[in-house]
Amino acid sequence: MATTDATGSQARNRRNGVSAAAPAARPSRVATNGGKAFNRITAVVLVVFAVIWLLPSLWAIKTSFTSNAVSALGTQAILEDVNPTLASYSALLGGGDLWNWYLASFITSTLSALLVVVFASMAAFAISRMRFRGRNVVFVLMLAGIMVPADVLIIPIFQMLNTVGLLNTYWAVIFPQVSSVIALFVFKQFFDGLPKELEEAARLDGASNWRIYRSVVMPLSRPVLSAMAIVTFVGVWNNLILPLFVLSNPDLMTIPVGLATVQGSFGQRFSDIQASTILGALPLVILFLIFQRRIVEGVAGTGLKG
Amino acid sequence: MSAHTVGAQPAVATTPRADARPPLRGQRTAWLFIAPFAFFYLCFLLGPSVYMFVASFFDASIVKNGLGNFIGLENYSTLVQSRDFWSSMWHTLQFTLYTVPPLVILSFVFAVLANRMPRGQTFWRLAFFTPFILPSAAISLIWVFIFTADTGLWATAQKWLGSDAPTPVLGTPSLAMVGIAIATIWWTIGFNFILYLAGLQDIPRELYEAAAIDGATPWQQIRHLTIPMLSRTTTLVLLLQIIASLKIFDQVYLMTSGGPGTSTETALVFITKVGFTDYRLGAAAAASFMLFVVIVVFAVIRQVAERAQQKGA
Repeated sequence: MATTDATGSQARNRRNGVSAAAPAARPSRVATNGGKAFNRITAVVLVVFAVIWLLPSLWAIKTSFTSNAVSALGTQAILEDVNPTLASYSALLGGGDLWNWYLASFITSTLSALLVVVFASMAAFAISRMRFRGRNVVFVLMLAGIMVPADVLIIPIFQMLNTVGLLNTYWAVIFPQVSSVIALFVFKQFFDGLPKELEEAARLDGASNWRIYRSVVMPLSRPVLSAMAIVTFVGVWNNLILPLFVLSNPDLMTIPVGLATVQGSFGQRFSDIQASTILGALPLVILFLIFQRRIVEGVAGTGLKG
Repeated sequence: MSAHTVGAQPAVATTPRADARPPLRGQRTAWLFIAPFAFFYLCFLLGPSVYMFVASFFDASIVKNGLGNFIGLENYSTLVQSRDFWSSMWHTLQFTLYTVPPLVILSFVFAVLANRMPRGQTFWRLAFFTPFILPSAAISLIWVFIFTADTGLWATAQKWLGSDAPTPVLGTPSLAMVGIAIATIWWTIGFNFILYLAGLQDIPRELYEAAAIDGATPWQQIRHLTIPMLSRTTTLVLLLQIIASLKIFDQVYLMTSGGPGTSTETALVFITKVGFTDYRLGAAAAASFMLFVVIVVFAVIRQVAERAQQKGA
């Protein structure tokens, strides 16, 4: 999303007094009519809410840096504590569980994202660019698939994985998430919008469909490919219900499943619990800070909802 | 499905409009492109949906193989007569009612306010959107801690505000769902916030300038310009929110496991309990199918609404 850039340039334009000279599509900024007081109230309200929204995360961070003994005493004690400690972090990072969770989440998320991007873009290319018998059936199935709530299929998916003996493998987490119809749909929309001329030129040169897909369409699709890869990665990383029921082996647990066991096993060791929370969330926070735009774009564009 | 039948008989592809179609090789290639995705689609989306429907008429159980015996509609009639089933449906509705209005209204307010601010776009996005990308397990651990009875942040804040013995939020049947709703609103508001921000970017600035010249106050501009112009986004946000709320599982499983008692047991939590704790897979399939139908109805409404709006635009 070009929000920040566009608003920045607009502010510059306004300062130069040329804002009306470029009426092209640009973010709406509210005209400042009768609104000095209104804008001040706006700012105050927004800041208050932003602070409220930041508070829970800050509280978790603060707790994770106190000792278990202090955090067990309650809010007052945590607030008054002035001796930050890394004890919880070193205990968690020194143990093996957390690393197993990271590994499981990393493997399943990466492979799922890779398979989704490759397979969904291939299928979308065929649907968007090729005419073949049964195309309409495929199209209808695709639209129908968008409406299927995958979480509700947990019982039959479990039975299916059980039948083929895939329970307690990473594949049990990966395979069901490869059928991302939304990614297929987004790719198709994107390919539909690509100019046909490039492809036709390649076809005249005798390029095969595969060649056009690989060498013409894929290079043009980098933004949408990476957006879908990241959105899928985040989705698989955060999925709880699937790994919860198809993995019972503690060595294979992903981060959400591992975190779900923390409450029970740590009991009143609140600092350890919050340190697990922070460490479990950290990879995604880093990913978000790096790919902020792509993630926001991808999420807004796909209507994927947790 | 059709992937195999059509791929197997490419010879019949000669049609009157042969010039409009690529040669036969193209036909087979198209199916080769689709095959990998189709495989996963059939195995993990269409297949399970059909299997779920079929299994709902059998007394399948986790402890024996296969579907078990055909029992007709018995699973459904048992469910319809079961108190737990209806209470889980009610809890799902309750959660939906608690979360949807605040999530739509607050996200709208945040987006409109943030959009008016000359600075800090990255900061607002960070503040409101970051929770959304965290795992449900992480946010649940944070909120369970905040809601810790007596000594937690929530209870302490209540004490500062004058309450002597604040009621434990997650331990009280009538309050537990409110606690889950608060955590959920905090967690997912960023999603709607982003959708609204994107919608606001599409409103032409000229409209506001015209309104300002006509002497409209900021409040009038919001009421008569912003809200109507965002009606498309609001429909989308509302329907996505309802669909997401009907599928609620994570926060309930993690924060209360459906308790105290069954006071927060929602439909999907009930389904997994019947299936994986009671091993009654047939009954769980029947309940899944009913929830499935409800969600698909809303998903269809969403598609229809989106299509109608696209035509109207």
